[in-house]
Formats: sequence, structure tokens, C-alpha cells
Amino acid sequence: MSEKQTFTGNRGLQLEEALIFEIGAYENCGVDLEDVPQVESRLGDCAAQGNIDLPGLSEPEAMRHFVRLSQKNHAIDAGLYPLGSCTMKHNPRLNEKMARLPGFSDIHPLQPQGTVQGALELMDALAHWLKTLTGMPEVALSPKAGAHGELCGMMAIRAAIEAKGELATRTRVLVPESAHGTNPATAALLGFKVDGIPADASGRVDLAAFKEKLGDDVAAIMLTNPNTCGLFERDIIEIADALHEAGGYFYCDGANFNAIVGRVRPGDLGVDAMHINLHKTFSTPHGGGGPGSGPTVLSERLAPFAPLPYVEKSEDGLRLVENNGDAENNPFGRMVAFHGQMGMYVRALSYMMSHGADGLRQVAEDAVLNANYILASLKDVMSAPFEGPCMHEALFDDSWMKDTDIDTLDFAKAMIDEGYHPMTMYFPLVVHGAMLIEPTETESRAALDLFIATMRDLVRGAKDGEIDRFKNAPELAPRRRLDETLAARSPVLRWQSPEAKKAAE
Amino acid sequence: MSKKFTKDHEWISLDGDVATVGITDYAQAQLGDVVFVEVPEAGKQVAKGDDAAVVESVKAASEVYAPVSGEVVEGNGELEGNPALVNEDADDSGWFFKMKLADAGELDGLMDEAAYADYVKELD
Amino acid sequence: MRYLPLTDADRQAMLANIGAANIDDLFVDVPEAARRDGTVDLPRHQGEMQVERQLSAMAGKNMTASTVPFFCGAGAYKHHVPATVDHIIQRSEFLTSYTPYQPEITQGTLQYLFEFQTQVSELTGMPVANASMYDGSTATAEAVLMAHRVTRKSRAVLSGRLHPHYTAVIENLTEMGGFALVQPDMAPAGAEDLLALIDDETSCVVVQNPDFFGNVADFTKLAAQVQAKGCLLIVAVPEVVSLGLLKRPGDMGADIVTGEGQSIGGGLNFGGPYVGLFAARDKHIRQMPGRLCGETVDADGQRGFVLTLSTREQHIRRDKATSNICTNSGLCSLAFTAHMTLLGGKGMRQLAELNHARAVQLADALGAVKGVEILTDAFFNEFSVKLPANAAQTVDALADKGVLGGVPVSRLAPQAGLDDVLVVAATEANTQDDIAAFAAALTEVLS
Repeated sequence: MSEKQTFTGNRGLQLEEALIFEIGAYENCGVDLEDVPQVESRLGDCAAQGNIDLPGLSEPEAMRHFVRLSQKNHAIDAGLYPLGSCTMKHNPRLNEKMARLPGFSDIHPLQPQGTVQGALELMDALAHWLKTLTGMPEVALSPKAGAHGELCGMMAIRAAIEAKGELATRTRVLVPESAHGTNPATAALLGFKVDGIPADASGRVDLAAFKEKLGDDVAAIMLTNPNTCGLFERDIIEIADALHEAGGYFYCDGANFNAIVGRVRPGDLGVDAMHINLHKTFSTPHGGGGPGSGPTVLSERLAPFAPLPYVEKSEDGLRLVENNGDAENNPFGRMVAFHGQMGMYVRALSYMMSHGADGLRQVAEDAVLNANYILASLKDVMSAPFEGPCMHEALFDDSWMKDTDIDTLDFAKAMIDEGYHPMTMYFPLVVHGAMLIEPTETESRAALDLFIATMRDLVRGAKDGEIDRFKNAPELAPRRRLDETLAARSPVLRWQSPEAKKAAE
Repeated sequence: MSKKFTKDHEWISLDGDVATVGITDYAQAQLGDVVFVEVPEAGKQVAKGDDAAVVESVKAASEVYAPVSGEVVEGNGELEGNPALVNEDADDSGWFFKMKLADAGELDGLMDEAAYADYVKELD
Repeated sequence: MRYLPLTDADRQAMLANIGAANIDDLFVDVPEAARRDGTVDLPRHQGEMQVERQLSAMAGKNMTASTVPFFCGAGAYKHHVPATVDHIIQRSEFLTSYTPYQPEITQGTLQYLFEFQTQVSELTGMPVANASMYDGSTATAEAVLMAHRVTRKSRAVLSGRLHPHYTAVIENLTEMGGFALVQPDMAPAGAEDLLALIDDETSCVVVQNPDFFGNVADFTKLAAQVQAKGCLLIVAVPEVVSLGLLKRPGDMGADIVTGEGQSIGGGLNFGGPYVGLFAARDKHIRQMPGRLCGETVDADGQRGFVLTLSTREQHIRRDKATSNICTNSGLCSLAFTAHMTLLGGKGMRQLAELNHARAVQLADALGAVKGVEILTDAFFNEFSVKLPANAAQTVDALADKGVLGGVPVSRLAPQAGLDDVLVVAATEANTQDDIAAFAAALTEVLS
């Protein structure tokens, strides 16, 4: 590897790029705006004093800035992105094209409803697909992300408990120790007490421990299925039955729906509420961390409490119910201004219509097949904590590294030098040094074979004591390992001019 | 007197009727680089086992519990600006808070240095 | 199936490698009662052309903002977004990347988040801003929860002129979280005595600027008074372009500023996705919700960026997290940053001036229509009018004439008794012809 130093600090096509504040200027503008007509100001006493201290860039400069930045990112379009629990699948461009049709992108949420019947039709169609795929009678479309959908489901449960007059007594929510952090955070936000349930030796909810925790103070269980170890909860129906018997509700975290879509309907498992991450199962882009969308399906028992707004059929076509006074049921309230993530609804429906019922079933099967192929091809050299087939993601722990001097983080960083985004690490918490690999159905057999071969070579290197390959990694990425301690001890959260910095000292 | 230890890896050392509380060297090593510490204000009443302080590293956050009941008389203000002190000197200048004990008898239930060393050995 | 690379031969070979006879062997953990043999009752797969045809038919039934004189606002605004912005956000490396948890290979995302935070901080006049929230309404609700945490109190005072949906979102979280709130009746104009509503349990006062009816105000005095009572002042800004021309909430003394960033870089999109802005004071950083990006150095000493202070967040703190949020509005914040970068400070000022000028022209034109009364004295690009008729029916009649003429208050607050009040907005996207067409159509509808 060349250690050649360059004058610019650039390395061939890898270009260094400063912050806009260091390259732009106040006077620069990349937008040609009309002249401002002379009018008498109506701002009252509220007019700003002084300039807005932000630089502008001309159009070509701005384009270069952001294109150069983009080249410092890994992306699913560029290569395998095996982040477990995140479902990094292909994002079809047809979805993008459809979402940009002016009929969807250039309409205001509060236009007269008669002028947006096509938009309401799309929402209604999406709702139909989601309800049919999950076998659930109702769906709340508006939640803006997975965690927001969780909140929606748990709010519906809380409303149902309140309607039964049991709010004072049903205070406990059972959450497996392997759960996503959002689950306990959501329950706590609603004033519930979080009570952990241990996992059994097979990586699933300990049924006996669960039953012991049941009582008339239990409001709900929040269970991910397939769970965060990538395993289907075999006892799920028994869990649901026992819970319902005890008067509790079943919240299912639907983050891993991609493993079962088209093959298993959560409605057949006794689920009362489940959010669906449109950005996972239904291919809307992750966008570097959002926007997401988390429609939440509800059972017969929770349907009356579905939040505002929702679409219903009326004599004059479709109607959006936006206010309590117009609702026949008892909506628990409103989670967002307007109607949720319309742009994501369009993309998700475009994806579902493309795949169809048959294709979606194939999605689940290929996702599960790919994960099992990885599990089977690596478990002789890496350590898999649980027996049997996995669902859509393969879980390994760090016990195979015991006699090496590297840890999970080192291993992950070495994957970066090989051109891969690392898998999910140190999650779920129930497995030591966890490595959670989710290939999704997007990967071809050839791509998987190369990935497996790479992983095997890394494992060999680790066992052969090729320490530098791991401890110094990454060496070939746009940046080496970053000092997170420094960032957290003395947070620098915005740019400051050298003058301002000096003045602050 | 010599130090006493809890199972949650706090140490407590009594001097007259005021005790100093910190986290053990083992605890700081487990946490890694400490980036933030929140200590209680003077006057706060705590019961044994209550959340009394917070210590955070980059990837973990942990409560520090009151090892015994009493009233906080001082928090270690030094830690706010220099949380690294917990890593550098957990046993001494990286202390968290001082408290007046409600019942010195509660100390009897804690481990002495040898017992804590055994306890830690078992965890590894 | 165009999205699936595996062939049947691949599948057979892979099953053999795994040691499974067929795919069902991999689903053995599914309880028998829940196994399904066939497909669900939905259409089969279709090609691009077929999908496009059906979705285009739906899209074609809607009246689009760019094709008619358009004056709707109320928290979502029609602005021109430069073509460059949409190209940038469709770069694969931005569009199809995950949350930047591996900073060495996501510096692109992290650097624009740092730029975004700086821009929001500068526009609001606040020391720190986070990497964005879902939207303006949820950001404002999170601000109330944050005020409760900071002050260890549990009651909020809301202005009666807060966007009714924002109020509803806060109300919902308040009720579900076991908190309290108080809010005076909604009135399009006149003084509000929010100070009198503060009691010992009050954590914050929430105001909006410009408010739901379009009024702009200087809250400098209120901020001091609220803080003297041990409460925080939260200022919500649903039209971020206003910050190009109005005194900044941070300069007024606000403790938390929230905003809806849709106007910069975002389309109308029938209400979402949008981008929530959230800014606060340094001393409250650790009580802030949402992601934060910070500057640091790498092993070679080169500047780089990471997500930081994540111990506040759910994936570490679990039930003690500051919020259950685990996403931001990443791509929308990129659109915001790109658009804002193209504008720069000078362009932002001019854009805001243009908006204000169009609104003044609109007010002059509508004020000349018989029976129409302008209710808002000081405004930015939006104001309220009192009609001599039911506002919702008037808006429907205008739509029949091909004019989207604002938002009736009764659409969002049917209980407010303001059935004759209409909220109208004008932006740089409106021409003088649009304004004349609106005034003419309104004259006809009202006669």
C-alpha cells in the first residue's frame, strides 16, 4: 500500500472537503431570486437587526461540496450492508419516481379534500395492503418512524386499559432483555414500569419466567418477533394466549417483519398492535437516518382507539377524519401535524405493487435463505450462540475470539478495510460481543460467497495473530478510528469562526 | 477507617460522621473513558440504594447508588470539568460525593477490601 | 422478479449447503397454526410500467399547487426548491446509507449534519441544535417534555395561538405521560396573558412565531418574565423562512426553539416527510432529545465527525432515555442544508423579503374585497381574514374555480367558533397574477 503524501491531502479520487463555512461567503448565492417589490413593511417591531451570518455557495460549488461529501459514505447501492435489525435492502428507483409525481409531492395537506381524492385513495390502498399482509383489521398510518409507531401502539393499549378503568392497576410492561432500546424507552414515556424477562438457553423468551410475571397489574408485553437474536419465538401463540387470559395486551415490535412477510400474518399470532418500518420491509430509503415511517396495525380490541387522522369511505368518496367531533370511535389523540409520511406511503405502495403477494413471500424466503447460508458457512469458524436455523439474520458471539487479542469492534473495523459495512455489534445485549448479520434478499449468491470468504479470511487472520490488520483498522477508509471520548468530553456541536473561538477562550 | 464496598462497585470511607463515596477502580475500568459525571447537590437526602449520581462513558451510562442512607453534604465539583479524574484516580481524588450518615450501622452490611477483591475475582 | 437476484438453481444449491430439504425447513419454528401455504389475497407482481400507470392515475386526480393560484399555509408552505437539491438528496451514497454509526465510512452524512446543526443554530440564534426531529409538531412536544425534565415540573402553558395540530400532539403526550397543561381560548388577535397562567408546577410557556393566525411578536419581555418564574420559554417556528427577516428567538431569550424546516429544501408532500428543528441552550444539552453530531479527530489527527452524547439516547439509556426517538429526518435535513447553502445568509434575507412583500400585496388585494376584513396587524408571509361567509364553504367554492385559497380555521379547530376566519399565505412562488386571480375569485364567491 502506497504511503505517498500528496500536496492537497487528496488521494486520487478521494477528495478532502472543508466545511461550507470555510469555503463560502455571505455575498455568494446559488439561487437567482426576483427583485423584491417595494412595499410598506408590516413586520411591526419584529424585524431582524443585522445580517444572517451564514455563507452561500454558487450552484457548481454547492454541487461539488455535496458530491465530495457523498463519496465518503458507504451505501447499499455500493455494496453489501449487513447491519442486523436494520434491513438494508435495495431501494428501487421506481419508488423515488412515483413519490415525485406532482400529484403526490406538490399537494398541500390542508387543501379541500375534494381536490386530493387520489392521495386519499393511495393512503387507503396502502392501508389495505398492510392490513391484508398482517391479518389485522385496522392500521394507523401517521407514525413517523418505528419508535413513533411503538409509541402509537402502546398509546392505543393505554387507551384501551383506561377505557376498562384499569389504568391505576395495570402499571407493568414486560420487556425481554434482548429488546431494542426503544421498547423500554417507550413504555417509560407512558408512565409504565418496565419489567425485564430473561431469555432461555435457546435465545427465546423464557416461557416459565414469563408466566410467573403475569398478573392483573400487567398492561402489556413488548415482544419483537422474529426476535433480535434473529429467531422466531416458537411459543408466541402460547405467550399471547396466557397474556390475554391475564388481561394484558400484546405489542409486537415489527422491526423484523421482513423475515415473515407474505408467509406469516401477525394477526394469526395473537398480536394486538405492531408497527411496520416502511423503511425496512417495504424498501423506502434509510436516507442516512431518516425519514422513516411506522404505520401501526391494530387488533379488533384496539381498533376503536386508532389515532387521528384516518381515511374512511363516505358518500362523496374518501374522507379524512381529522377531528374528534367527526370520529365515530374514540381516537386516543393525534401523533403528528397533518397525515404522516405521505412520501413514504407512495414509495412503499410502489414496492408492494411491484412485488405483489407472490413476490413479497419470496422476499421473506430469500432473506431467510441468505441469512441461513451465511450462518451455515461461518459457524464452523465463528461461534453461534444458538442452535437451529435462524430467520433473516445470523447471530454470532465473541467466544471464538477468546484466544486472540482482538474484540468485536476490531473485527468490525477490519471489515471496513475489506470494503464492507460492519454488521450490528454489541446488540442484542443478551449475547456477549454480539455480531448480528442481516444480508437481506438483495444479495446475490456470488455477493454472499465473496462476503463469506472475506469473513473466513478475517477469522483466520485473527486466529493467526495478524493483530495490526485489526487494531489499526480502518486504514483505507476516508478516516481512521475517530476519538469519541474527545467528542463527548468537550462537545463541539457547531462550527465557530476562528475569531469567535479566540474570543471564547 | 478503612474502605467498605458495595456489590455495585461503590466504595465508601468514613471520617468522623462524614463519609466519602466513589466508584471502584474495577468499575472505572469496566466503563472505559468516563466522559460525564453528574453528582448530587448538597442537602439532598438519599436512602440506601437510591440513585445518587450518574457516570457516563462513550457507550455506557450507569447510576451510582447511595451505599447507605443519609444527607449529601458535598458533590465533587471537580468532576464536572474533568471527568477523566474518575479514570485516573477512582479510589481517591475521583470521589463522587460526601454524605452525613443517618445510621452508621448500615456500613456493617458492606464488604471489606478483601471480600470485595474476592467478589471481583469471581466476576472475571 | 426484478428486485431478487437469486435463481431457483441458487436457492436449491444454497438449501443443500445448509442441509435443508426445502425452504419450509427454515421456517420450522413458526407454530403450525400460523403457517400459510399459499399467498395472501393481494395482486401478483407487476412490471414498472404497470405500477407507474396505476399510481399515476391516482396522482392525476389531485389538484397540484404549482398549477393553480395557491395560498395555503398553516404549517406547510409552497416554496421553490432549486433543482440541485433534489439531485443531491438522490445521490446513492446519501439516499441509501444508514444512520452514521460507523463514522469512518459515513463522514459524508456526519459532515452535513454538523453543517445543518450550525445553520439551525445560527438561524434560531441558539447555541446548539440537534441533527433534526420528525417534524415541527413532534419537536415542539419533545421540547415540552424536555422542559419538564429540566425543571422537574410537569405542567405546560400553551399559547392559544399555537398551531392546533401542535397543540393536539402536545395534549396527547401530556395526557398519556400523566402531565398537565393549560391553554387560553383561541383568538386571532389581541393580547394573551400567559404569565397569569403560570403556577408552581409550571415548567414552560410555549408560544409560536409567527403564530397560527400569522401574527408576529417580540417575546423578549415575556422570556424574562417567564424565566423569573423559574420556567422555560419555548418558541415554535413553523415557517422557517420567517427567520430570514424576523428577530431571532434566541436573541429574544428563548430557552428552547423548535421549528418546521419543510420550507427550506422540502416539498409539500401532503404533509410529510418534513424535518423538525430543535435548538437549545448549552446548559441543557444533556437533556436534549435526538441525535447530536460533534467534531473530533481520528487516529491520524485529522478532523472528523461522530454522533456524540449518545448516552442520552434509548439504545444505551433504555427506560431512562431522554426520548424514545431513534431516528432523525436525515435526508430532509440534507435537503435543508443544501438549499440553505445555495441561499446563504444574503439569499435567505432576500427570500424572506420577497415572501413578506408578496404577503403585503395579498393583504392589500384581499382587504379591498367587499366584506373581507384583515385581522392581522403585524405579519410575515401569512395572515388571517374574516369573511362575510363560512370560510370552509368559501374555500370549497374557490377550489371549484381552480383557486386554492387558504386554510379555514374550522378545518383544524372546529370547536373554536371561528367559522368565518381564513388563514392565507403568500410566498415567492406566487405571482401578482395569482394574487389578482385569488381576489377576483373571492369577490365572485362572496357576491
